[in-house]
Amino acid sequence: MAGTTEDTSALDRARDVIVKYGFIAVTIVLFLYFAATEPAFATSSSLFSMLKFVSVTAILGLGVMFTMVVGGLDLSIGSVAGLAVQMAAMTMVFYNMTGATAVGVVLLAGVLVGLINAFLIVVCKIPDLLATLGMMFVIQGAKLIPVSGQSVTSGMVLRDGSEAPGRFTQGFLQIDRGFVGPIPLPVLIMLVLVIASWFFLSRTTWGRVMYAIGANPEAARLTGVRVGYYRGLAYVISGVLASVGGLILVSRIGQGDVNAGASSLLEAVAVALVGRSVLGQGKPNAWGTLLGAVLIAIVLTGLTMKGFQYYHQDTAKGAVLILALIFSYTLSRKKIRYTSAT
Amino acid sequence: MQDDATTDPAGALRLEGITKDFGPNRVLKGVTMDLRAGRVTALLGANGAGKSTLIKILSGIYERQDGRILVSGQAVDISTPMTAAQHGIQTVHQRIDDSIIPDLTVAENLVFEEMVRGSGPRVRTLKSLLPRAREIAQTLDLEWSDNFLLKDAFEIGIADGQLLLLARALNHRPKVLILDEPTSTLSATETDRLFTLVRRLRDEGVAIMYVTHRLSEVRTLADDLVVLRDGRLQQEQSAPFDMPAAVEAMLGKTIQVEVSELTEHRGERVALELRGIQLLPRSAPIDLDLRYGEVTGVIGLIGAGKTELAQAVFGAERLRAGSMRLDGAEFAPRSTRDAVRRGIYLAPEDRAAQAMLLGWTVATTGSLPFLAKISRGSVVNRRAERRMAADIINDYGVVATGPDQEMDALSGGNQQKVVVARWLRQSPRIMLLDEPFRGVDLGARRDLAHKAREQAEAGACVVVLVSDVEELREVADRVVVLAEGQTYLDAYASEIDNSTIIASMSEVA
Repeated sequence: MAGTTEDTSALDRARDVIVKYGFIAVTIVLFLYFAATEPAFATSSSLFSMLKFVSVTAILGLGVMFTMVVGGLDLSIGSVAGLAVQMAAMTMVFYNMTGATAVGVVLLAGVLVGLINAFLIVVCKIPDLLATLGMMFVIQGAKLIPVSGQSVTSGMVLRDGSEAPGRFTQGFLQIDRGFVGPIPLPVLIMLVLVIASWFFLSRTTWGRVMYAIGANPEAARLTGVRVGYYRGLAYVISGVLASVGGLILVSRIGQGDVNAGASSLLEAVAVALVGRSVLGQGKPNAWGTLLGAVLIAIVLTGLTMKGFQYYHQDTAKGAVLILALIFSYTLSRKKIRYTSAT
Repeated sequence: MQDDATTDPAGALRLEGITKDFGPNRVLKGVTMDLRAGRVTALLGANGAGKSTLIKILSGIYERQDGRILVSGQAVDISTPMTAAQHGIQTVHQRIDDSIIPDLTVAENLVFEEMVRGSGPRVRTLKSLLPRAREIAQTLDLEWSDNFLLKDAFEIGIADGQLLLLARALNHRPKVLILDEPTSTLSATETDRLFTLVRRLRDEGVAIMYVTHRLSEVRTLADDLVVLRDGRLQQEQSAPFDMPAAVEAMLGKTIQVEVSELTEHRGERVALELRGIQLLPRSAPIDLDLRYGEVTGVIGLIGAGKTELAQAVFGAERLRAGSMRLDGAEFAPRSTRDAVRRGIYLAPEDRAAQAMLLGWTVATTGSLPFLAKISRGSVVNRRAERRMAADIINDYGVVATGPDQEMDALSGGNQQKVVVARWLRQSPRIMLLDEPFRGVDLGARRDLAHKAREQAEAGACVVVLVSDVEELREVADRVVVLAEGQTYLDAYASEIDNSTIIASMSEVA
């Protein structure tokens, strides 16, 4: 119950402020610290490269966020991104098709994986985590089969001894390298997707219903909501976003690396969880997810400039995640669940 | 009473002034009662009367705040399930899944307590457990084969699972045995078998507390009956029982509101025909017509099948058997959406679990079922949404700071107004209100009843499902009594008095 004395209520209020703005404050303080100590840090080119660097993680984080909104979690997100990398490369290199075709194929694959996840979760009633864990393995394994475990590169030798006919098109490579005005294309794609996700979730009936399912699926069902349909939809959206992330990734590395995307699962889950914590909202949201991705970018870029090696990065990411979880679970006073009224 | 000479006059178990608080709520307000050796005492009480709290205190799960527990006249301290067992008190809880250990065999479950206590060798084979397990099973005359004893305890079914727990309890040679709704999931023959056992134990001198909602079982099995309401003992009877009096004591309040206050409406046109509907696993099919232009009050105790009826009409649960016709046409809702689209609305029984959304405001909770009405092309018009909430607040006198206040911050009555109003205001065809007055203050109850009647006057078919006669009187034109899945009375409110209703609520088997 609420505090009975002035002291505790003042403490509670202070705590609310910390929960609400603490994370943003941490981000700003870190930013200022790095900017003050590393002159190269705060230049606009450095800022954009930082955002560009984080765009894939942020977009994958949006995908995870959608599944978190309906009370689930998509563990297959990293492997779908990896699948996108390979399918884009195969479409252009093996079959000598255009970059636009590759984009279409990859997005379709994302929809398909999303539908399979939805089928397993909604129709087969497998818990979200387990169904997507299974899909993660299936995708990671299945994509190795047609390429015999090899990464797809321009000019590689195929199984029949001939050379692969196609290569990455210039247009396709522009997905990562292009600019609109001063803004790198991946950063623009990320911002558009963040704004679209925010609008979808907080302004449309679809998003409202998804939040309702996450808050209390039984209460949602008893207002006439098709719970299964919307849960499935979240996984399809997640699959598509993973594919978009994968497209940027493959355009960046310029080959169908079989290992691409594997590490992005944990980062995507981390930024979505961080996103749920910021602004004291206590629910997954698009701007928070972006902020989580940006914070991780600031930390990693800052540490790199300070001379820390790559092998410090995972520890830093993990620390950021734990800090965010402390904000939402330990410090927040929001009630976790209802007690019966009788 | 007649065996005062043979048994301890204080009885096998005596409770004196037992109290228990949960936070600011006093759930037990000084319960004093006796359980006598060689008698079955039925414990009756509506939801929230404090039955399960009392049982948990006796079985050592909760600790009492105040009061004394005497076993054979000696004051004892029961603070853990172990101490309860030491004093000869054994409980078979309602949910057997909580007490049976999965992945262990029947034999291991039978001897489990001895294994935990560490009597006998630490290491032993499953086979070496069998003789002891067989011995325990035989306390109930259960001739279980080795094959059966080696089965996974979760595979043997509810009835055998219950016998397993009962055998385990009896192995302690208890003086007091508490059975918490043991028959709720049993078939008729399994119930008979259990009753035979209970009678045998009684004849052996065990004091039995039998908790149930089924009056038919009280009549066939119990020697004494106590009624708990609102954390207090309301009534004690010995067989033969005056069942209507017991029901009245369960529900409380001598009812002053008689029919006169309502202007009774009688609907002509049938909205929904229910044919051959089976509400409960063992109940026979029933027929019922629900009509437009009247409030049908369906009254029954817990477990009578009210919620099953409401959920089936709303498409939230499948019918066990039977069919429905809506306005003369076949109606078989496959989802709640089917029902809502046809104007069939339900305000569910358990507000917290079935209607509230964590962190949601009056505005968002109020608009959820009818988002399409306040949105253009799937984009929510938040101004319209807040206007909708403001209308709910004004029309229903909701005490709230405004549309953006979180639902959690409202009182129970005001929460209920919002979750009922969001349906009632959208001109329902059939409005189902399942226990709409639960956890609601008198003022809010009056307002809600009034609004429900307004809708019926405007032509809707309103169905209110309650367990309290006074609540029924306040809202219903027509009264349907439901007991153990059967309809026992169907009459207009002006044609019957309260004692008839109560008599027929208790008129089973």
